[in-house]
Amino acid sequence: MCNAHTHNYDVLILGGGPAGIAAASAAAAPHTSVAIVDENPTLGGQIWRNSFAADVSDPAAHWYQRIQHSPITRLHDLRVFHAPSPGTLQAEAGNGLHTLHYKKLILATGARERFLPFPGWTLPNIMGAGALQNMVKSGLPITGKRIVIAGSGPLLIVVAAYLKKHHARVICICEQAPLRQLLPFAKGVITNTEKLSQALQYRLQLLTVPYRAGWWPAIARGQSQLETITVTDGARRYIIPCDYLACGFHLVPNIELPSLLGCSQSNGFVKVDTTQQTSIPGIYAAGEITGIGGLEKSILEGTIAGYSATGQSTAAQQLSAARSKSLRFASAMQRAFALRPELRRLPAPSTLVCRCEDVPHSHLVSHSSWRSAKLHTRCGMGSCQGRVCGTATEFLYGWPSESVRPPILPVRLQTLAQAEDPASQELSTAI
Amino acid sequence: MPETLTLTVNGQQLQVPSGATVAVALNILGQPCRTSVSGQPRGPLCAMGICYECRVTINGIANRLACQVLCTPGMEVQTIV
Repeated sequence: MCNAHTHNYDVLILGGGPAGIAAASAAAAPHTSVAIVDENPTLGGQIWRNSFAADVSDPAAHWYQRIQHSPITRLHDLRVFHAPSPGTLQAEAGNGLHTLHYKKLILATGARERFLPFPGWTLPNIMGAGALQNMVKSGLPITGKRIVIAGSGPLLIVVAAYLKKHHARVICICEQAPLRQLLPFAKGVITNTEKLSQALQYRLQLLTVPYRAGWWPAIARGQSQLETITVTDGARRYIIPCDYLACGFHLVPNIELPSLLGCSQSNGFVKVDTTQQTSIPGIYAAGEITGIGGLEKSILEGTIAGYSATGQSTAAQQLSAARSKSLRFASAMQRAFALRPELRRLPAPSTLVCRCEDVPHSHLVSHSSWRSAKLHTRCGMGSCQGRVCGTATEFLYGWPSESVRPPILPVRLQTLAQAEDPASQELSTAI
Repeated sequence: MPETLTLTVNGQQLQVPSGATVAVALNILGQPCRTSVSGQPRGPLCAMGICYECRVTINGIANRLACQVLCTPGMEVQTIV
């Protein structure tokens, strides 16, 4: 075995976003080895991307301080692709295979944006709402750029505020959910004082941006990149010239690794008990993968998971009331941003649904299952392994997602060759 | 002024703010990252390592995710077109 790296930890945390950071802080103690594994070059996940260095008044800074002063190992640029046996994971880094052994595992793999196909959606400069924010956080100059924000979820408002602050021309926000569906949630948000101040802050920054509830993107046009986006409310249509379309339809959990480990799920989320333990003893889950609920829920659940994994059950129990409250918030949000059926009729026959293999809608409608579509059209068989089209086909055609198989990410053959254990033989027969 | 660094994209020199990802560098240039199997230009969709639309060749290694790699001085990026 060459270039192989082996790590042993008492508590291993997958995901360096708020849930993972809170879990690590709670688990950190003398004589307990704790590590966070993340795919990105820095900690913070999506919401706290690059916010540690920028502004000490950012709430992220508090957590960063805690992490800095705790004996926590950070393993960056590591992508976990296989769980060969209980207590062991395999990951790939730039320098090859890493084998990670753990006693307790905390999954905090977060969420991604849901993308839905509509004519023209594959044009460059159409990206997720969070994606465009990530690009700006990573140095993309956005001053004066004309941006339409569309899709669904509270993230659209957060991103609009962020882009405006960076001097972009945010033309409008199109939220697919109708106002009557949003109102009960908005009332719930406003009875919560902490969230009220957040909501007001965004509102002030957004004063000049029209928020159109019950509108959605219909057709994107452009030669080599996006030039216009047509938005509709089902009756009217507007063609809006723009430089970027930031478009995501709320969030879906990154469930591949919990699925590979065999953690039970309910409605597409990882099932946990009040200690954040999954159906597998010693494996915990926290944050968006147990239900989309935002920052506060992630921090709470991460903290509970960190305490529970290290036997601090009293400390974990003290947070149970707050946990119940955040779960109620999460389910109210799920109802508010439920997708409208009209979105199923957005793709034209020639609209690509699978962007890796360029499979159009017309080739998919006749299939009865995800498996049949995969075998006959290669939909979902490309590099992203169905992470983008799988959530779309589930919504468009009602195909439930199927079991995942290792490697759950594209991995270099050289890395696979470094793995010598029996599990890697299983892997090599799988590829 | 933020610090900058210089890298090469398809043989062309480009200055970017330090801390920029390769995906940002390509978007500043207005260049797609790759051409799809049916010949369409593609740029980043998710910007978080999920969609694989931004894969490029970096310092000779193919299929790296431009959104997850920070630019470094002298780095050579080749788009897959």
